Amino acid sequence: MSWTFFHKLGSPKWFYEISGKLLPWLALASVLLLAIGVVWGLFYAPEDYQQGNSFRIIYIHVPAAILAQSCYMMLAVAGIVGLVWRMKLADVALQCAAPIGAWMTFVALITGSIWGKPTWGTYWEWDARLTSMLILLFLYFGIIALRMAISNRDTAAKATAVMAIVGVVNIPIIKYSVDWWNTLHQPATFTMTEKPAMPPEMWLPLLVMVIAFYGLFALNLLLRMRLEVLRREYKARWVREILEKSS
Amino acid sequence: MHPLRRKRLILILLVIIGVGAAVALALSALQQNINLFYTPSQIVAGEVPGDARIRAGGMVVEGSLTRAKDSLDVHFDVTDGTHVVTIAYSGILPDLFREGQGIVALGRLDAEGVLQADEVLAKHDEEYMPPEVAKAMNDAKAKKAADGAPASNY
Repeated sequence: MSWTFFHKLGSPKWFYEISGKLLPWLALASVLLLAIGVVWGLFYAPEDYQQGNSFRIIYIHVPAAILAQSCYMMLAVAGIVGLVWRMKLADVALQCAAPIGAWMTFVALITGSIWGKPTWGTYWEWDARLTSMLILLFLYFGIIALRMAISNRDTAAKATAVMAIVGVVNIPIIKYSVDWWNTLHQPATFTMTEKPAMPPEMWLPLLVMVIAFYGLFALNLLLRMRLEVLRREYKARWVREILEKSS
Repeated sequence: MHPLRRKRLILILLVIIGVGAAVALALSALQQNINLFYTPSQIVAGEVPGDARIRAGGMVVEGSLTRAKDSLDVHFDVTDGTHVVTIAYSGILPDLFREGQGIVALGRLDAEGVLQADEVLAKHDEEYMPPEVAKAMNDAKAKKAADGAPASNY
């Protein structure tokens, strides 16, 4: 297997050029998908037989929760790549993705809480799913705080990478909490093995929203990473050239 | 792969496995503390601390809900399929509360084994469907029951 592609990924200049070409397409696709998903989900999808219209919060809650967990797994992978291959871009990705993941977790918790009041009768209950999701938020906060507390960039990169890797054990706990324990939160509607406990006219807009959220996440991450790369490599000649050209 | 990198990768994987094992042991030791509620079987079997506030959860038995005429007092039975526990509650039940629906009640067991609840939460299941579909399914079920075929239940 050739490792050239992998090592090229580590070059900030190469990353800056490729991501610049990718950005407009990504922006167009995700904004389009988001518009379709929101209109479809909020206006055209049928209401639920028990919850009525309040179930529509699923179109924000579920994509946010999926992204919160995917983003954390990405942090852990970036942490491993950063520690093993000492790739600087992996650290850039880790630092830039953590705040987005924290916001996604926050949105998932808040929308869940808003939905919980009319459906369950309470905003918050210390059940396994809700608590493990709160721990995920604290893990994100921990990573962000650790980064800010250590002024040396290499030390901070190592420390946050270790924290991201160790915290990844929480992800399967979130996923399987509803199966392992008695919880107030319902078990998964979508599984790999069975057909979804939801009709297509409800889950198709949800799928669109999930893809749109992934697109927006990638877009946001690339924008943040490009800025961070410029900030870190400001002494390099290619950065000077870009900045001179744009000013 | 470079031997140094391989060594680092193996070290990281060992750390993940170690932390995972430690967390798994801790969680399995805390099994009952993490469960949000006791099932009726556990309550009937006496696994429940007598003088503490507990949560009981299960399906509301069809036809078991009785309301007092002059107050908000209600009582109903919950089941997990094998055992039944009666719950008494005074207050407004959540919108999703209905017979056949899962609920979680917080309260104390009295001498007769009735849970005197001061909070009742409705548990939502993972099923979503439009009202027309739900109605069609109910009609089909009713028709089947009328025809004398054994109706499927939980």
